[in-house]
Amino acid sequence: MKVPYGWMADYCDPGLAPGDLAEKMAMTGTEVERVVLLGPPSADNFVIGKVLSVEKHPDADRLSVCRVETGSQDGGETERTIVCGAPNVAAGQTVVVALPGAVMPGGMKIKQAKLRGVESNGMICSEKELELGEGQDGIMVLEDGPAAGAPASDFLPVAEPVLELEVTPNRTDCFGIYGVAREAHAISGAPLAAAPWEGGPIGPGVISEEGDIEALLDQEGSERTADRVRIVVQDPELCSRFTARGYTDVKVGPSPLWLRTRLIAAGLRPISNVVDITNYVMWLTGQPMHAYDLDLVPKGELIVRKAENGEKVSALDGSEYVLNEAMVAVADRNGLAGIGGMMGGSVSEVSESTTTVLMEAANWNGPNILRTSRDLGLRSEASSRFEKQLHPDLTLRAQAVADRLMVEICGAVPMAGLVDVSVPAPDSVPIRLRAGRVERVLGMAIDIELQIEALETLGFGVEREGDDLLVSVPPDRHFDVVREIDLVEEVGRISDLDRNLPATLPAGPGRPGGLSRQQSLQRRAEDSLRESGFDEIVGWSFTDPEETGRLRLDEEDPRSRGVRLANPLSEEQSVMRTMLLGSVLGAARRNLSRGADRVALFESGRVYLPAGEFGPGPLGGDFPGKTRPPSNEPQHLSAVVVGPVDPATWRGGAGESDFFALKGVLEHLASGLGVELTVEPLADPSPQPFLHPGKSGTVKAGDRQIGWIGELHPLVATSYDLDAAAAFEIELAGLVDGSPVGEESYVDFTPFPPVDRDLAVVVAAAVPASGVIGAVEAAGSELLTAVTVFDVYSGDGVGEGEKSLALRLRFRAPDRTLSDEEIDPVWNGIIAGLSGIGGRLRG
Amino acid sequence: MVERIEEIEAEAKAAIEAAGSVPELEDARVSYLGRKAELTGILRGIADLPPEQRGPVGSTGNKVRKALEAMIEAKTDGLKQIELEKSLAGDRIDVTLPGTPARAVGHIHPITRTRRLIEDVMVGLGYQVMEGPEIEHDYYNFTALNHPAGHPARMLQDTFYVEHEGHVEEVLLRTHTSPMQVRAMEATPPPLFMIVPGKTYRRDSDATHSPMFHQVEGLAVGEGITLADLKGTLLAMLREIFGPDREIRMRPHFFPFTEPSVEFDVSCFHCGGSGSLDDGSRCGLCKGIGWIELGGAGMVDPNVFGFVADSGYNPDSVTGFAFGFGIERIAMLRHGVGDLRLFFDNDVRMLGQFS
Ligand SMILES: [Zn+2]
Repeated sequence: MKVPYGWMADYCDPGLAPGDLAEKMAMTGTEVERVVLLGPPSADNFVIGKVLSVEKHPDADRLSVCRVETGSQDGGETERTIVCGAPNVAAGQTVVVALPGAVMPGGMKIKQAKLRGVESNGMICSEKELELGEGQDGIMVLEDGPAAGAPASDFLPVAEPVLELEVTPNRTDCFGIYGVAREAHAISGAPLAAAPWEGGPIGPGVISEEGDIEALLDQEGSERTADRVRIVVQDPELCSRFTARGYTDVKVGPSPLWLRTRLIAAGLRPISNVVDITNYVMWLTGQPMHAYDLDLVPKGELIVRKAENGEKVSALDGSEYVLNEAMVAVADRNGLAGIGGMMGGSVSEVSESTTTVLMEAANWNGPNILRTSRDLGLRSEASSRFEKQLHPDLTLRAQAVADRLMVEICGAVPMAGLVDVSVPAPDSVPIRLRAGRVERVLGMAIDIELQIEALETLGFGVEREGDDLLVSVPPDRHFDVVREIDLVEEVGRISDLDRNLPATLPAGPGRPGGLSRQQSLQRRAEDSLRESGFDEIVGWSFTDPEETGRLRLDEEDPRSRGVRLANPLSEEQSVMRTMLLGSVLGAARRNLSRGADRVALFESGRVYLPAGEFGPGPLGGDFPGKTRPPSNEPQHLSAVVVGPVDPATWRGGAGESDFFALKGVLEHLASGLGVELTVEPLADPSPQPFLHPGKSGTVKAGDRQIGWIGELHPLVATSYDLDAAAAFEIELAGLVDGSPVGEESYVDFTPFPPVDRDLAVVVAAAVPASGVIGAVEAAGSELLTAVTVFDVYSGDGVGEGEKSLALRLRFRAPDRTLSDEEIDPVWNGIIAGLSGIGGRLRG
Repeated sequence: MVERIEEIEAEAKAAIEAAGSVPELEDARVSYLGRKAELTGILRGIADLPPEQRGPVGSTGNKVRKALEAMIEAKTDGLKQIELEKSLAGDRIDVTLPGTPARAVGHIHPITRTRRLIEDVMVGLGYQVMEGPEIEHDYYNFTALNHPAGHPARMLQDTFYVEHEGHVEEVLLRTHTSPMQVRAMEATPPPLFMIVPGKTYRRDSDATHSPMFHQVEGLAVGEGITLADLKGTLLAMLREIFGPDREIRMRPHFFPFTEPSVEFDVSCFHCGGSGSLDDGSRCGLCKGIGWIELGGAGMVDPNVFGFVADSGYNPDSVTGFAFGFGIERIAMLRHGVGDLRLFFDNDVRMLGQFS
């Protein structure tokens, strides 16, 4: 909302520099995005001039030599000679003169100069040169009145400060100049003039004293609006009030300069006086209007109804819009004449030949306008106001102001009365502000007299009942201030809240704060990967639907059925990820393409899975709340390493980034959480088709499958431009649930020494080490406390298709030193157990 | 005989002393104490001596032998030490070569680091940390936060919607962390002090907007909680994050789910809040304003309590405040990161700067 300072000052001049006013407004709830000066950077040296005489330049056909009265700036001459090139300059005109020293928009400085031998002491300005307009050729000619030598900025927005407000959607009152003026009044204490619909000023060119709402309704005349206009509202829930007033003898033409320049200052484009009046009234009162050429409305009949599906209307912006049955339209007998609350139609557009006008001020349903605006992709100044829900009573304000302008500017003759089709306005019940409530919410006492003053300056009616206040709300605040708490806010924001409010701490929750065990362990897991040399990335939650194909996931795989966005920004970001792998691989590729020679990356983040098919909340357990979320969002941890885990040094080559290097990282991570992980070969066919089928496995914590680890399938590596890579992805909750951290119970350790025995067993190559260890452990009794593989061998001395595993077995008893006699039977049992899986001792 | 032994002792001592290396010393030992040595022979022949000589020769001989043995042992130790030193002196490495690197340590993403910092500060103030769903029902993201259908405030946030069994606009990506206010209150009766860090989404992408970003929500509800408590809490938090000299500024604003609502700023830590630097130039960080805008806050709107009245939230007995702000913004300010998009680019040359 652009607020020209001078326009606001018609009603309240806060006596503050625009920047200071902006600061104060920001500190009371209305952000001022910026303050800009219209036209030249300063109003200095722009004065009113009276052209006394015009003569042809002796040496230039197109130039005139003018004597111009400009008053005396330094006590000397009151007239000066100015050479002017405009064809329309003439004696008797009132003009704006840029004196030497004036700086034009764009920075050109006016100087004394000789133009073809004639001294020129300034410049007579055009609208364009002052950025006050486009059209009119030549110099700008003002109406008589201003005295020569007076500052031009007293009459025109020359270097006018314009406040660009960022009005919050609840403050519909600040979408009108008068509402902003009232805000300035409340902030500064400067006096506030009567509202323009209550006999207050309307504009510098409007002089009549008549014209409040009462006068509008009382007016008499030979012709009555109701005789020429018929309004039918079929959907009063979408249009709670439609007021119309007719005018005859309308003279359509350009608006007077003051009106045009005000619209330009407000960022609007002047069109014709009638249309300009609708815009001017909207800017002043906050209530949009629309003008129809009444002669082009058959029988003067307008019908407010829902559009039919596919019904078309050509609108004033030159576009054709296709409406649907959720939208509300204004129709005449032949078809659509406008989109309700959005934009009028071209069928009854006001033109130069218009002589009778119907002025509409209506009230529309905010949510409906909002939806229509979005569905049509059309946002107008009118719709941006209506969508926030205006009060129906504002319509009369607009009609009253428009009436005075139509008469004075267009010479129009109003038809008597209004056609006013409405349902009863929403009740306005006074709100009780209980004693002490302000202090209780704000934590700061405000004297009751000051509370009353704050509310009254904001336009509320206040009645005191003991220490309670009964507050009535004006219509332009009706939908914003509906409860006691809203009054607390109003009082607070006007009471220099920032400066006066103490900074205290609440009494507290009565229990200490803290991270949950799961949250602490999540940090521990992330930190473990960091210590292992991995950089954490934060990847996009949305991904490309092609990703599942790149990862060779089957269509049947639930991970191929990610949650789809209905309105993605792009196809590449249209599906919520079901794995982190794509994200870490993408980051790996990007870094390698930028010259990194190795990358080790991890991500700790959520994946998004259809509800019901997978586990619950991110760290195990459900999200709080009564309604289950639409999706499951488990927290995953995924890591990828490309290139050596440890870089080569002068002492030796790089450590390989193979399966075992990454498995070591994962084991390190798990042991940091006290979890013993196992990795088991994948089934055939592999459930993880993006991995090398022979160099991959399922990660388990206890019996629970928590993820996978492996080297990438070469085809997948290729599609991410990687030579080779190893990766894992696990569900964090699985790790955390299996962790004993914080819940460990102490077991006494034994002082008796262990007995270590080694054995080498030959088994079929396909038997996994975990199977061999399992067989040993199963036969080992409680005396066997540890089994480790310390060598794997195949080749000479071991048969084809076989391998030899060297194991170290540790035996120990808590209460005695073990003898060979005690161990031997266990040992024999172990040998037997190994033969049960086809193993034989290597001799 | 005894004299001979004493002569041998003198010779042997001279020889031991003269030995300059372990082998020379060994030669001396063999010469004077070996099996063929004269002293060994004398001691071995004691039995053949006349009885009156056996005592003095035996005792003198044994004494000398022991003395020589002790001397050789001491000399051996000394010589070995010298030889060790000599060999160490020859065993030199080039200490200027680089050390064998320990496994290089990785880096935690600046967003995570900043999130953890905020969590730790708020935990210190008595708050729990909670997680909420990112794919959310319209009810929690809007309706129960006092954005009725058709409310223009819904338009302030460009929302991503999820395809959902024909129901348009029922399921969405949360546009703020605020839905967890309602979920947390549904689950926990007052008093409730919690924060919710997490990802949020808006349909907006340019240099200052990312379609995915991170927020922290805070909520404190109990008896007698005031706007002044909100100010004190934010001030305490901002001082932990930006330094003890920081001040806070609260500007009245509008949010549908808080009333009164404010936006809050922290005094600029680059220029000390003056807006200009020591050389008189305008502070670039706060653009000369002295304040840096951080987030929104306010007192929980009674309408929001109305949605959780069943869970013990009666607006006449409890009040509360809520606040929210962006994690990226804090990280950008703390670390001087100029472009939001760098956080999601994940270039290791950026990540590696945050240890
Ligand atoms: Zn600064």
